[in-house]
Parts: sequence; structure tokens; C-alpha cells
Amino acid sequence: MMQKHKPSTEQIREWLDAVPDPEIPVISLVDLGVIRDIEWQGDRLRVTVTPTYSGCPATGIINLDIETALRDRGIRNIEIVKTLSPAWTTDWISEKGREKMLAYGVVPPQTGTACTSNSPAPEVKCPRCNSENTKLVSQFGSTPCKSSYCCKECLEPFDYFKCI
Amino acid sequence: MKADSDLFEFLLRMGDNTLVLGHRVSEWCGHSPVLEEDIALANVALDLIGQTRMWLDFAGDVEGKGRDADALAFRRDVWDFRNILLVERPNGNFGDTLMRQFLFDAWYHAILSRLAGSSDDRIAAIAAKAVKEAAYHLERSADLVVRLGDGTTESHAKMQAALDDFWPYTGEMFAADTIDTSLTSRGVIPNLAEVRDEWDETVNRVLADATLEIPDGTYQHKGGKQGTHTEHLGHILTEMQFLQRAYPDASW
Ligand SMILES: [Zn+2]
Repeated sequence: MMQKHKPSTEQIREWLDAVPDPEIPVISLVDLGVIRDIEWQGDRLRVTVTPTYSGCPATGIINLDIETALRDRGIRNIEIVKTLSPAWTTDWISEKGREKMLAYGVVPPQTGTACTSNSPAPEVKCPRCNSENTKLVSQFGSTPCKSSYCCKECLEPFDYFKCI
Repeated sequence: MKADSDLFEFLLRMGDNTLVLGHRVSEWCGHSPVLEEDIALANVALDLIGQTRMWLDFAGDVEGKGRDADALAFRRDVWDFRNILLVERPNGNFGDTLMRQFLFDAWYHAILSRLAGSSDDRIAAIAAKAVKEAAYHLERSADLVVRLGDGTTESHAKMQAALDDFWPYTGEMFAADTIDTSLTSRGVIPNLAEVRDEWDETVNRVLADATLEIPDGTYQHKGGKQGTHTEHLGHILTEMQFLQRAYPDASW
């Protein structure tokens, strides 16, 4: 497919909103809040991406997925640039993304609870029975972005998206 | 333009600390006492190595000789590393590893939170990114030091022994040399005495909760920041650099 005229950046954002996050595939890269800017520079499309965790192994995959999705739409001249500032925090995750995450069984981060060294533990509700009677099993979970919890009512083990 | 050698040295110090500690911590993968701790240690290592890439890529750009983070990590020898001696200490038992981590995390968090206001924009951006991860690490390592220190007679004894062992390696974090003082006067890095004040406050509070006693001795090892290392670093590099040494430029 040849690109006859340049698609709008709104259109491109919509396309990227269909690209799943490699680690929590029910939410999109746009929901995750890592797409910082989409801009045409002449015939070249520049997409600015910010990493979630410094060592997140999905970062390379995310860039590849963005490029693949845009090529599939006929865009050939793509530049992906990384920005660190302002740093990504869990507060960048969209409301739609949080709802999808919860339905998927991963408890989304609570807005505004980004971690400081003396923050109180957040109250985390069980995604299955909604009970607040849960306990932290480990601050680290199945991927770098999650911690492990267990529900003391229904005994369901579940992931809570770490707040940073 | 002449490369900024003070800045280059400082970035190597930051990146080599996270690289060597990240590698050390990764040695636990598959060996921790319980699964959750195994995963936690592997995740901490991953964060540290991810931060290494940011520090060392910047170091390579400042140097201007075309070296990137991989070239700096895998193609330098022991005397070119600038990490503090604490991070190359062997892992010991699980308690030793956690004590080393806590003493490091308390320093790293204190310096990063100040570097986020650095006069150098790229340092400020890296620090603002890394400080959130460091806060998370500090929360965990402090919590476990308290639980094990104020735990059973045996866990208490092991944590006290770990503290006694690592204490003489902590002074190097705050020993400012001419590179540090020059960068401090330019507003690039904080005054290390201020970092020390925050570290003292954190360490005193957590160790008191952990019922552990700070050792009396004042002797402090140093040299790592200037490239004089213990025998342990060579052994780490032998393993870490093997592939790039045996098969230069291998990629997959
Ligand atoms: Zn439940």
C-alpha cells in the first residue's frame, strides 16, 4: 500500500491506540502513557517514546511494535526517539487503560500514590471479590512493573501494578 | 571542543556502580531462599542494569570517541572501572546481600534526589527517572534489614556480622576528590556532605529499628572511584565480559 497523503497525527494516535502493551496486552501503548509525541517533520514521522522502567525488557519490543504497526499502514519513513523527561510514572496510565487492566485481573495503580521511600502502603482491593482484606506477598511480581498480592477473603493471588 | 573529563569520570562512577552491583545481584537468580525474593533480586538487578545504560551511554557521548554503553561495559579492564569497592564485595549469604543493598540504596536514593536538580539537563533527567526506582528498592531493602535484624537470634547475628563487614566500605561514597569538588562547584552534582547527612539519617533510623549497632571503627577503604580495585572485580569482569571478549561485536 502506498501512502498518498500524510495521515493526521490524530489518526496515527488512533492506530497506536490499537497496539497492545507487550506485558499487559489488554491495554494499548497509548493507554500506558509512553507515547509522548507524534509529529511530521517533512516526509518523516517522528514518534517520541518514553521508557517505563529503566531496565524494562519490553522497551525494545515496544519500539519494534510501533514501527511495524505504522509500516502496516503504509508509513515508511519513521523515526523513533527516546525521551526521559518528564519521567514516566504510573500516573500517566489512562483511565480507559486502568479499567481494562482491572477487568483483566491486574489491579491498576492508584493515581497519585507514586512511591516515595516513606509512603504508606496503598489499600489494594481484590480484583475478584472486591475485598480490601488483601496482603502484599512481594514488592516484585511476574514482570518488573508488578507486585504480588493475595486476597485473604477468597484466597485469590493477583498482581498489583507497582506505583512509581 | 575538549571533552569534559570530570563529567566523563563522574558518569563512569555512576554507571559502574549500577553495572557492578546489578551484575552481583543477578548472581542470585535461581539461588534465593524463596521464589519471591529470587524474583525481587532479579528485578532490582534489571533496574540497575537499565540505569547503567543511561549513565554509560551519556559517558560515551561526553567522551566523544564513539563508545556506547556496551563498549564501556564490556571492553574496559579493571583499572578503567570507577565503581566504589562496596558494590564489588561478594554476595555472601542472603543477609549480607541485603545489607550491602540497603547501604547502597540509602546513598543512591539520597544522591539521585539531588541530581534531579543538576545544572546538567541530561543528568537531571536520568536521575529523575532512576530516583523512583531507587525509592522502591530502598523501601524493600530497609524493610528486610529491619525484619532480619530484629528477627531471630541467628538472623540478628548474621545481620550484625554483615554490617560490621560492609561498614568500612561505606565511607568511599562520600569521600570527595577534586573531580567531585569541581563538579559540585559547577552545580552538576550535590555537595557529598549533604548526601552524607541524609544517608546518616536514614541508616541510623533503620539500623536502630533493626536493633543493630553501628561499628566503632573509623577505618575506611577507598580507591575504587579512582580505579584501584580489589581482586573481586576482575573475577566479575571475567564472567560478565566473556562473550564480548571471545566473540567481539557478537549480537543477536
Ligand atoms: Zn478476593
